[in-house]
Amino acid sequence: MSQEWPLWEVFIRGQHGLNHRHVGSLHAADAEMALKNARDVYTRRNEGVSIWVVEAAHITASSPSDKGPLYEPSESKVYRHPTFFDIPDDAGHM
Amino acid sequence: MYAQMITSEATQDDPEKLTTFQARIDSGEKIEPKDWMPEGYRKTLIRQIGQHAHSEIVGQLPEGNWITRAPTLERKAILLAKVQDEAGHGLYLYGAAETLGVSRDELTEMLLDGRMKYSSIFNYPTLTWADMGAVGLLVDGAAIMNQVPLQRTSYGPYSRAMIRICKEESFHQRQGYHIMMKMAQGTTAQKKMAQDALNRFWYPSLMMFGPSDKDSVHSAQSMAWKIKMNTNDELRQKFVDQTVPQAEFLGLTVPDKTLRWNEDKGGYDFAEPDWSEFFDVIKGNGPCNTERLAARNKAWDDGAWVRDGLMAHAAKKRAAKLAAE
Repeated sequence: MSQEWPLWEVFIRGQHGLNHRHVGSLHAADAEMALKNARDVYTRRNEGVSIWVVEAAHITASSPSDKGPLYEPSESKVYRHPTFFDIPDDAGHM
Repeated sequence: MYAQMITSEATQDDPEKLTTFQARIDSGEKIEPKDWMPEGYRKTLIRQIGQHAHSEIVGQLPEGNWITRAPTLERKAILLAKVQDEAGHGLYLYGAAETLGVSRDELTEMLLDGRMKYSSIFNYPTLTWADMGAVGLLVDGAAIMNQVPLQRTSYGPYSRAMIRICKEESFHQRQGYHIMMKMAQGTTAQKKMAQDALNRFWYPSLMMFGPSDKDSVHSAQSMAWKIKMNTNDELRQKFVDQTVPQAEFLGLTVPDKTLRWNEDKGGYDFAEPDWSEFFDVIKGNGPCNTERLAARNKAWDDGAWVRDGLMAHAAKKRAAKLAAE
């Protein structure tokens, strides 16, 4: 078997100014072809106005087993949410 | 249903881990690629998603057959868009399967040498233009029955692929119905063609859901894992209940003399397809098995130099860019 085309992850930004969002993956020999393929595979119905492609091998992902230690610090900091603070209604809209 | 007769793979994992895993599924959590999963879950999913992907790809052949002979330029453009969608659906699904640790080329080779299957329905020929209508109405209709609940499947990447597919699939079914409507309202000869297409595709479409529940012994594990959401008979019943009125609206008759509305169960009683034919088609003896696999093998072999050439070109460009830096 000959060498397989590398895997690319595809990110698309829609019409309404939101962030690029991961939509899926595809295979392509190089970045230029990955962009063209992404156009054909992921924007057949006007889904986007901008495409990013990243070779999957370049993505570093957190591991599910780190879930505890990674996110625990934020769990104990409820004061980061505005609802933590009790402000009298008389103070006006805030 | 594009995946048929998927046997759940046995699992020999730590019972404690299995219990935690099942609890996650029961509470409606999605399983993601890097999460721990039982070996059987992973293998069964590769088989099921792979078979589903292969079905999308092979499913392009019976329709591609009519692109050059569509009756109008508009119908041709629509059919082309539909066949392109099937390729897209195949790619979404291959992408989901690859997150389970199998490569695209491995999956393709397993299809080409017969180790993996595709849906039995695509081993039937599309003989007339009306077949494009019947395929949309019946084959896409049956596929949707299965794919809508699979949007809630436990495996994240599979679920996301199904959501994309379902959004696009209703165009397929409606374009098929539209073809049937035109033919059924046309000349006597056209109406006859529509009826003939319905006759030929009815039972093969019922087979798409796989054997009857009483003969389908492997689904309990898959249902517990939420990679199979309904039993074969449940989905088949739903399909018949939905499709019979649609055919009647067209003035066409479902080719089943035993078909009766059953008030008590709130659904139709209908005749089962000939299961010996189904097993024969699965074994490779359907009208088009040889032709379909030959076409896929030829495309893969003929494309080898293009795949290699583009890799060589990419390597050369990378080297030139490095040298220039």
